[in-house]
Amino acid sequence: MNQPERQPIIQIQNVTKRFGPLTAVDKVSLDILSGEFFVLLGPSGCGKTTLLRMLAGFELPDEGRILIDGVDMAKVPPNKRPVNMVFQSYAIFPHMTVADNVAYGLTLQKVNKGEIADRVNEALNLVSLGGLDGRMPDQLSGGQRQRVALARSLVMRPKVLLLDEPLSALDAKLRLQMQMELSDLQDEVGITFVTVTHDQDEALSMACRIGVMNKGEVAQLATPSDLYEFPASRFVADFIGTVNLFEGQLIVDEPDRAVANCPELGRIYINHGVTGPHDALIWVAIRPEKVGMAKPGTYRGRPDVPEGHNISEGRIKSMSYLGDITLYAVILDNGRMMHVSRPNISRTDQEDFTWDDRVTLHWHGSSPVVLLA
Amino acid sequence: MESWRLNKKLFASVAALPISWLLFFFIVPLGIVWLYSFGRNAGLTEVEFSGTFANYLRAVEPLYLEIFGKSVVVAALTTVLCLVIGFPVALAIVFAPEKWRPYLLLLVMLPFWTNLLIRTYALIAVLRTEGYANTVMSWGWAGASGLKTLVGLEPLPAWEPLELLYNNFAVVVGLVYVHLPFMVLPLYAALDKMDKSLIEASLDLGASHWRTINRVVVPLASAGIWSGIVITFIPALGAYLTPDLLGGTDSQMIANVIERQFKRANDWPFGAALSFILMYATFILVAIQSMRSKEGSAR
Repeated sequence: MNQPERQPIIQIQNVTKRFGPLTAVDKVSLDILSGEFFVLLGPSGCGKTTLLRMLAGFELPDEGRILIDGVDMAKVPPNKRPVNMVFQSYAIFPHMTVADNVAYGLTLQKVNKGEIADRVNEALNLVSLGGLDGRMPDQLSGGQRQRVALARSLVMRPKVLLLDEPLSALDAKLRLQMQMELSDLQDEVGITFVTVTHDQDEALSMACRIGVMNKGEVAQLATPSDLYEFPASRFVADFIGTVNLFEGQLIVDEPDRAVANCPELGRIYINHGVTGPHDALIWVAIRPEKVGMAKPGTYRGRPDVPEGHNISEGRIKSMSYLGDITLYAVILDNGRMMHVSRPNISRTDQEDFTWDDRVTLHWHGSSPVVLLA
Repeated sequence: MESWRLNKKLFASVAALPISWLLFFFIVPLGIVWLYSFGRNAGLTEVEFSGTFANYLRAVEPLYLEIFGKSVVVAALTTVLCLVIGFPVALAIVFAPEKWRPYLLLLVMLPFWTNLLIRTYALIAVLRTEGYANTVMSWGWAGASGLKTLVGLEPLPAWEPLELLYNNFAVVVGLVYVHLPFMVLPLYAALDKMDKSLIEASLDLGASHWRTINRVVVPLASAGIWSGIVITFIPALGAYLTPDLLGGTDSQMIANVIERQFKRANDWPFGAALSFILMYATFILVAIQSMRSKEGSAR
């Protein structure tokens, strides 16, 4: 491949980090490509922040190595690394003005005063903070402080920008706005961004690629849509979005179709092969929005699904109206719960489902995902 | 929630004891001493309250001004040395592993809990001519001399013990030793409160450790540094026991002069005037400090 953005800018090779008896990062290997927006996603304590801090140089790996732009970072201290970090607490120097904060790194280099002023202005304009250069940090809102932290790092023109839970301290609406702004900013400056978050929405909306971490290991490395639609394990399926998981066994597994038998859900027809083990335990995952809901007796089957497959009966136990969609929890006749979501496409013509209604649930042959682990 | 200050009876019952304690055992005696400072000795035990300023005029005579000046210099030197020694100590404790921190703080506090007199006599044992400091140095001297003869050079001349005790050096050493906890504790409190990611951010932006301390740690700890300076300087300025036991004839400080007025010289009015001059100086310092910290919090 000749495209320059396909080059790995960060190579993490077999990196392990222990804190006493705890292995925070366990033999992780992954490449982060130049110019991409990479997100490390995982629950708290999964090792994602430790990995990020190792990239910045605040922690050293016990084993393995980290290369940034081809250079081994083992002996390179944080102040000599071609990366900059936006801290979760933003770490704005409270005794300096916004401009002095942003200029801090440049004044340490041999950059002349005029150029510093130009670059500080440019960076502040980039994060739409133009005109606030004389303010003290305690006169800024949370969102503005975060922009100062961004400008302070970007002004250094790092090869990689590291962001530790950058949006966690913002309120919901501002977070959505900043997600988009961060993506646009990354497009604009072309710097590789590596972000750590525990928020799956944040990860899905911003990332080019996501590394999902669990217990110190990378559980899956994929684009947001692949992660959502083709999860590699129950952990990933469950961590990203909501999912209905059912145990079962494969009884048919041919190149163009498969059938799983799930004691709690019946026969599941899948319109592609899965090449799984024949009699071992597998799991079938179905996302709530891929389940159709019909009044009893009105469902006439689907042309691509054999009769008696991909259908189940139940009763609506609870529903929550979220404006754009409505979530239903349906108790199947065998007692299992199934989550179903329906978009509220029309303002008035909604088919009415309500508490205690009996419903028929049904889904496409492409909806179920078979998970082997 | 109702302000407890609105409940006057409760407020009075809680505040009565401490207020009367302060009144009878602090304000009233202090007031008497203040009155003495405007008085005149009349007979061996009598003091006549004549409203004279003679005591204050005598206190600003060159002889006493010199001792005041010297006390300020010694106290200032003590404070600076405490800061220079205490800052790295506080920094080291803040960055020590969490489980060690209480023990390190305990080490700082431990001398603080020992009687001052015992500590001062212990220092005498260290500093005197045949003391531990001179003994250890004489070993070093003998070792160096032995090494020289080993390589065929002339041995060093015989070891002359250093005069470490009963001089200004001993007073400053003693004062630094006694007052170090006063400096370390406010510095520790200030540094511990600081967001550690600020230090990481500075390093991340390319600053060296030294530069990070100068441009981030020290400015952010400045409130702690100032309160450390004030609460070290004030007791050091009024130090009595340390110059008395460790100092020579020329190293008496203002507190020693005051003591002499109340005891041997039996000139209570003059002693009172000297005491109040010392106290006014302290008040001014505290006022400056509180104005500084108010300014800091108003910004």
